[in-house]
Amino acid sequence: MTFEPVIGIEVHAQLRTRSKMFCGCATAFGLPPNAQTCPVCLGLPGALPVVNARAVEMAVRTGLALNCTVRATNQFARKNYFYPDLPKGYQISQYDLPICEHGWIALTLNGTTKTVGIRRAHLEEDAGKNLHADQRTGSFVDLNRAGTPLLEIVTEPDVHSAEEAVTYLKSLRDVLMYLDVCDGNMEQGSLRCEPNLSLRPVGSDALGTKVELKNINSFKFVKDAVEYEIARQTKVLTEGGTIHQETRLWDVNRGQTVVMRSKEDAHDYRYFPDPDLLPVSLDDAWVDGLRSTIQELPKDRYQRFTSDYGLPDYDAGVLTSARALADYFEACVALFAEPKIISNFVMSEVLRELNQSGSPVESSPVSPERLVELLRLVHDGTISLNVAKELFPELYAGDQSATQLVEAKGLRQLSDETELQALVDDVIEKHPAQVEQYQGGKEGVLGFFVGQVMKASKGKANPQKVNVLLKTRLSQ
Amino acid sequence: MSLVKWTLKELQDRFTRGDVSATEIVRAYFLRISVVESKVKAYITVNEKESLLSAARTLDETMGTWRKTMPMMAMPIAIKDNICTEGLPTTCGSRMLRGFIPPYDATAVEALRAHQCFFIGKTNLDEFGMGSSTEHSAFGPSRNPWKLTCVPGGSSGGSAAAVAADECVAALGTDTGGSIRQPAACCGVVGLKPTYGRVSRYGLIAFASSLDQIGPITKDVMDAALMLNVIAGHDPRDSTSANGPVPDFTRGLKKKDVKKLKIGVPAEFFGEGVDQEVHDAVCHAIAVLEELGGTVQEVSLPHTGVAVATYYLVATAEASSNLARYDGVKYGFRAKESHDLLEMYRATRQEGFGPEVKRRIMLGTYALSSGYYDAYYAKAQAVRTLIRQDFERAFEDVDVLVTPVTPTTAFQLGEKIEDPLQMYLSDLFTLSASLAGLPAISLPCGFSREGLPIGVQLMGRPFEEEVILRAARAYELATTWRQKRPRIR
Repeated sequence: MTFEPVIGIEVHAQLRTRSKMFCGCATAFGLPPNAQTCPVCLGLPGALPVVNARAVEMAVRTGLALNCTVRATNQFARKNYFYPDLPKGYQISQYDLPICEHGWIALTLNGTTKTVGIRRAHLEEDAGKNLHADQRTGSFVDLNRAGTPLLEIVTEPDVHSAEEAVTYLKSLRDVLMYLDVCDGNMEQGSLRCEPNLSLRPVGSDALGTKVELKNINSFKFVKDAVEYEIARQTKVLTEGGTIHQETRLWDVNRGQTVVMRSKEDAHDYRYFPDPDLLPVSLDDAWVDGLRSTIQELPKDRYQRFTSDYGLPDYDAGVLTSARALADYFEACVALFAEPKIISNFVMSEVLRELNQSGSPVESSPVSPERLVELLRLVHDGTISLNVAKELFPELYAGDQSATQLVEAKGLRQLSDETELQALVDDVIEKHPAQVEQYQGGKEGVLGFFVGQVMKASKGKANPQKVNVLLKTRLSQ
Repeated sequence: MSLVKWTLKELQDRFTRGDVSATEIVRAYFLRISVVESKVKAYITVNEKESLLSAARTLDETMGTWRKTMPMMAMPIAIKDNICTEGLPTTCGSRMLRGFIPPYDATAVEALRAHQCFFIGKTNLDEFGMGSSTEHSAFGPSRNPWKLTCVPGGSSGGSAAAVAADECVAALGTDTGGSIRQPAACCGVVGLKPTYGRVSRYGLIAFASSLDQIGPITKDVMDAALMLNVIAGHDPRDSTSANGPVPDFTRGLKKKDVKKLKIGVPAEFFGEGVDQEVHDAVCHAIAVLEELGGTVQEVSLPHTGVAVATYYLVATAEASSNLARYDGVKYGFRAKESHDLLEMYRATRQEGFGPEVKRRIMLGTYALSSGYYDAYYAKAQAVRTLIRQDFERAFEDVDVLVTPVTPTTAFQLGEKIEDPLQMYLSDLFTLSASLAGLPAISLPCGFSREGLPIGVQLMGRPFEEEVILRAARAYELATTWRQKRPRIR
């Protein structure tokens, strides 16, 4: 019997709000333990939560981008369980009335498109972190992260392979980063992924017993863990065994999933509406207003870059990998309608300088205006592309314009035909042996002549024109 | 007359005129406390005399004409010990929070502090507000100033006893199902539970979040209005606090009649189980209100009979979750000698909570459990809506409802401690207003033959504290009950 994997994926995305979900504390990463806490996120007696409006807005924008229905009235509920990193003894989450539900996302896989259903997306608060030192010093709790807003996004069981799982995650991450609601950092835990997975005989509609996977903090581990688990379950079922409902951890070192807890240990979370928070009522007009501000999503932009600008897939992929980069590119195109010239230069010179200086594209010292000025000089023949490339680091490091640099360095290209003709004539006159070779059929010698002319012009000669003039002269 | 006998209003007036200094006020109250506190045991923590005296001296030296603009200045106020006070221990009457000093003030406390009140001490209560006698305090029970072998009621028994025994001029209590009104009735003082949402709950250590309200316990109705003026209002830190206009609650309190007031008497509150003396006193109060110009009619609140069951499902469910944070990890009590996390949790909560708190946590956990939620918690919420609708219908015809506060006068210490159900029934008449979120006031309306106070309850429409305050004040001015004071012996 052959089996088909059925996979649903839960993602926890930390929202990029400045303050926490229910208090005014900052949400920064990497502060000394418990440095960003207050009575509310410490769970002190008597402290009360207040909903962060920015987090609600981010959840709605994400829901809209994922084609979800936004619930006009949604509600926070308490999920009750004991753990030291959970200061109140309950997590404020959403249960039967989530803020977003019934959406979908389109994926492109090997040239075909499929959709994955989004069951729900709901707001909740993150827990703190337990830090375990050795036996003697005991354990510590850091509540800096406690109360950070999370959006939990849950798919329908529409994913059927490790590859699809990774593609879904990448697409979702792109959406979240494009909306600027999450920084997408899996290693730091800003984006956490928990697939659940079962197998069923191909052709069956029934669902098998599912296993939840945790501790997956990179795309590679998603692929590895899901592939391992598919193989494991296939082996168990093929050998006539049964799958147990359980949660398994991905063990990176051993490259396998190991049991964390079984169904019998599952909590009864005793969800009930949080009496400290009124239901959240969203105004239709406000939601519609957000709908109109949703930026174009990466996949749509990618497609537009290939169709409208005629860019190759590779270029479109690189340029739409980050919203700021795509914005930069389009700002250049708006000034100078030569997409491919711009694309080539941005992908090579601009990205290299940005990477070297470690600065984000939105604060690039070479603005679209300054870059376009340089590329225009190439386009109208004032300088060669090579000169432009050589000049770029200086353009990046200083504040002179491309024109100023070209003038100051005397790099203006020699394009005057009379002057060029004189140089060409001179070179041909000085190298009769090479002329003979060329005329004898060794056309490769042309490069030698071009080089000599460039040398004589101190690199300023327009190489295209030199080529033409040389060919004409030599064939006379 | 000693200044500790004065009402808040009287003390304010004398202080504002300069007849009495802040220092004299502090000295007089500490003297009073030193005489009666060992008998009444109203306080869990009495503030440090020297620090209050030094604050009083500063006020006396610097305030000049300021005193005229800040009427609450130098008023010695007691705070129930489940309301957070920065720098003063706040225990909730629980071993779990013994020695816990909050790093912040509750919003109501902050308001009083801004008015330069003196916090004379933190008053005793049933642990986490769960009880009707203060016998469930980990620090021992308070006594009823009218008869020291009787309970002062609860859970705000310490606040009510402190006001009745002149150990403070006014106090803050909290009311979840009657915890302000019932002890006020037991101690012969005035207790006001405001509309749910009228006073911020920020810093009130939660028992049942959808029911808890902070309110004043005072010597008379005018004082209750003065206190409410300070603590009422919207608080952005409490999402359930109401963002509406806050009137001057003392307005109209000079009026000596209740002309045009339509008074409803719900038959369900006068049936079996109500002591004859209580019944007669409350009926007499209704007759007085009628003489003052009110029109009286009988109304029906048909779901009153299920209020106790509804309350004990909703309140315990919320409590089971609200009290989860006391786990020994961050603050408060932690059991010693635990070898793993689960053992630490179990031992901490086993040893840190008293029997009534544990009983309610178990009840509430059960009511929220998978498979029981719909039958218990969801059903109770549905019934709660019916109870609210009962009131909405009644308030279409009348302006206030008048009922007894408690079925009996204060009972003996130890009388009901072994019988939780009997204890729960002492809140029979106060639970409904809590479930419906209504304002309700309790004030003295007589005494039993034994000499114990009897209270009458006035309930009003949401956010119509003014209406019940005016009716209560007119009644108070027409009667002499408030002039009778306990002799503590």
